[in-house]
Amino acid sequence: MITIIINKNLNKGSQSNERDDGRAFDELRPFKIEAGVLERADGSAYLEIGGNKVMVAVYGPRELHVRRLMQPNRAVLRCRYNMAPFSVDDRKRPGPDRRSVEISKITSEALMPAVFLEKFPRSTIDVFIEILEAEGGTRCAGITAASVALADAGIPMRDLVVSCAAGKANGEVILDLSEAEDKDGEADVPVAIMPRTGEITLLQSDGHLTSEEFEKSLNLAIEGCKKLSEAQKEAIIKRYGD
Amino acid sequence: MVTIIPDIIKESLTNLIKNGERSDNRKFDEYREISLETGVIDKAEGSARVKIGKTQIMVGAKPQIGEPFSDTPNVGVLMTNSELIPMAAPDFEPGPPDERSVELARVTDRCMREAGVVDLEKLVIKEGEKVWMIFLDLHIIDYDGNLMDAAVLGSMAALMDTKIPEARMEGDELVIDREKMIPLPIKEKALMCTFVKINGELIVDPSLEEEQIMSARISIGMRSDSSICAMQKGGMHPLTKDEIIKAVSRTTEITKTLMEHLPQK
Repeated sequence: MITIIINKNLNKGSQSNERDDGRAFDELRPFKIEAGVLERADGSAYLEIGGNKVMVAVYGPRELHVRRLMQPNRAVLRCRYNMAPFSVDDRKRPGPDRRSVEISKITSEALMPAVFLEKFPRSTIDVFIEILEAEGGTRCAGITAASVALADAGIPMRDLVVSCAAGKANGEVILDLSEAEDKDGEADVPVAIMPRTGEITLLQSDGHLTSEEFEKSLNLAIEGCKKLSEAQKEAIIKRYGD
Repeated sequence: MVTIIPDIIKESLTNLIKNGERSDNRKFDEYREISLETGVIDKAEGSARVKIGKTQIMVGAKPQIGEPFSDTPNVGVLMTNSELIPMAAPDFEPGPPDERSVELARVTDRCMREAGVVDLEKLVIKEGEKVWMIFLDLHIIDYDGNLMDAAVLGSMAALMDTKIPEARMEGDELVIDREKMIPLPIKEKALMCTFVKINGELIVDPSLEEEQIMSARISIGMRSDSSICAMQKGGMHPLTKDEIIKAVSRTTEITKTLMEHLPQK
């Protein structure tokens, strides 16, 4: 029932210069995606990338009890991004903080364009993203895993949203920042796309970049997304066959 | 959200129990398949992933420097916290811990604490001022019945896996040496065994369905020397004295086999 996908492009990137962890500037960390890992949830996925471990559960479409959120013509898609207390170096106090509330909001907005919400009026689709271990880039990992979990739940979608960050550290524009690169680096640009059309559903930027560097980061992040997209599809194929 | 159990399921499960059977062909004293891994979270100083059947819990232990409680200045602190996150079941809601979650954390905490699992005296760095506080966090990922036994098994394994940095006072200064990680001082082992009563019979390790139709529940925490360290009765209906005594004696046998799942040290 569980499938494991391992990044095959691990050996070398296209540039000779290396980063602290030995990666090329345009290289992702090793990753794997599994679909259908939980019993109770309608859909679920597990993703590891570098030191990140992320579990996602999807429930729905189901009845929405909070009437004021109800939409008469479509479903609502609610996301809850939550970090386990033991996922970071200094224990995180349980419960939502401002950071996770913001990430929950942009995650649901990143996923919504791909979902045929209009097929399920007055109902809700709930996406629960649990960060079991964090090592830089958890919001992107959460979005990438959430799409696989939505597909596993059988929710009709236009595309599998996929997400990856690029940024700048040590004066170089690089793909998929690790925790150390994010902390000491100059900028972080998380991006999510719908790979079939190339449309962007999430974009943030935190740090200082020239417009050339920004454009380079954006292109790099999109290339990273495309590699992850293949692994998403493989995870679903492994679970359900062709 | 209210879970409604169809009468037909209730009847069929009860009839099975009458005939000495269970819906997954287990015996009354038989656990579902148990899997236990430790060291699964690199960022936690101790961790475990436990599965009993399809029930799945991640446990992480994290040490922090803190002040001891004023009435116990010469012992460290062990704190247990649990989150029934909405991922684990359709009727778990986000928000502050509800009563089920608090009960789970408190029963687990009592079982570990009263058994004397961790040698808390060895966690004192400076009496009355600085001690290690061990935070044990239970993250319930998939709920398919019998959280109590899974929580205690996972907690025990996570504590056995925990390594804390060496800490000492140099004059007035606290020195924490992360280069020297020492195993948490463990002096006892304790596990928990849960029975539910259905149609007058006590069956161990209830599945979700069995938990939903049970009349009463009893959880018994036991140390490796067969002494009792914690107990909790649950459910809407009563138990008889005989039933409780029988449950204790069955726990003595079952705990011995359960202990085999723990890392051998």
